[in-house]
Amino acid sequence: MTWLSNDLVERLRDVASRPELASDRYVILRPIGRGGMGSVYAARDEQLGREVAIKVSNAAAPADDLDQRLRQEARVLARLEHPGIVPVHDAGLLDDGRWFYVMKLVRGETLADHAAALEHEAARLVIFERVAETVAFAHAAGIVHRDLKPSNVMVGQFGEVLVLDWGVARVLARAEEEKAASARTTDRHSNNSMSGTSGGTRMGTAGFMAPEQADGDSSNAGPPADVYALGALFFWMWTGRAAPADVNDISRRLGAASPAPSKRLAAIIRKCLSRAPTDRYASATELMDDLARYRQGSSVSAHRETTMERAGRWLVRYQTFVLLVLAYLVMRVAFAFLR
Amino acid sequence: MKKPVIGLLLGAVLGAFDGLTALGTPEVASEIVGIVIGSTIKGIVVGALVGWYAYRVQSLSKGLLVGLVVAAFFAFLVAAIPQPNGHHYWVEIMLPGSIVGLIVGYATQKFGQGRGIAVR
Repeated sequence: MTWLSNDLVERLRDVASRPELASDRYVILRPIGRGGMGSVYAARDEQLGREVAIKVSNAAAPADDLDQRLRQEARVLARLEHPGIVPVHDAGLLDDGRWFYVMKLVRGETLADHAAALEHEAARLVIFERVAETVAFAHAAGIVHRDLKPSNVMVGQFGEVLVLDWGVARVLARAEEEKAASARTTDRHSNNSMSGTSGGTRMGTAGFMAPEQADGDSSNAGPPADVYALGALFFWMWTGRAAPADVNDISRRLGAASPAPSKRLAAIIRKCLSRAPTDRYASATELMDDLARYRQGSSVSAHRETTMERAGRWLVRYQTFVLLVLAYLVMRVAFAFLR
Repeated sequence: MKKPVIGLLLGAVLGAFDGLTALGTPEVASEIVGIVIGSTIKGIVVGALVGWYAYRVQSLSKGLLVGLVVAAFFAFLVAAIPQPNGHHYWVEIMLPGSIVGLIVGYATQKFGQGRGIAVR
């Protein structure tokens, strides 16, 4: 009698757990990853002759909460056509009735694995601004991500930055409609998952989750919750740690980082990480505006400068001009003395 | 403010200042008014030309080069006029004059409103 080797058992288990697709257009090649809501597989699109990624819900049965979330995620992604968001190509039902959707296969690594390449401020700013820009786009479309963290940001082979995992995203317009509807009717159960999440559910990741989310009710999480998560993500890019709750700890750890962010950049991060949503930037767009001012060497709304700081910033910003004027004056003085 | 105007104003101010520095040269102190007026006009012409170029072409390196060349050329014309004793102040006039051109070239490229067409 021959026993099956462990490798063979693993392969059989892998094949057995692969989803059964109703059509023969996609051929599952290998598993890529598994999260709380769904599993992602690399697959081949036989019709177009390209590799794609297929996300399948981990739901035990069709139409349960996880399945609905996956469907919602596909719809959210389909609404958001942006270079920072993985495009959805197709969606459908598995043989067992669960949902799947097909998206572009992104080759690269998550930000969590890419941290070593972020040695310099410029590299961190480039990645962070692309994430913030993508989130700003989503906010403009009325969608809040609610689970931004390093493992949900993908850096592609050619430097493209993609924000992943929109499974717990909240559609603001629908949420408002939902609120209005629930106000009109007394049926409290109608307040179901139109927004992609059920009311009163805690969603997100500790250390990157806004206080209002951590308090247990994610249904109140608006754009400022994403701004908090963006701040936490930027904090992580500087310190390698999740953001602490205490504002003094945030300042201390940013100061101890090597290299430490400048005062103005640290102020931007602190503003994002304010406990009260009203003290943060109202949306990722506002954050982007402040980052643009920072990059141009202008003053930022998060930091009130002293006169000395302002003068120093001006000198740095226009150093070539200042050096030319100084060179001229030195030359004039030198000629006066040489005579 | 448009770039040619910035060039013109900056050229006038720097030209006047450049002329006033002649106060430190006793041999020409009696002609200081003429020197300041002439230097200011030279600054205005150089500033306007460099500013006009910056308005047409947005490129820092090209702007600096044009500023240097135009200012050096006008400074050369001034330096070529001999002093009553026959002496020419080539270095004293051309070197600071060229740096003034660089300053105007830099300022007009960095500040002011251009045509919005970037040429790199």
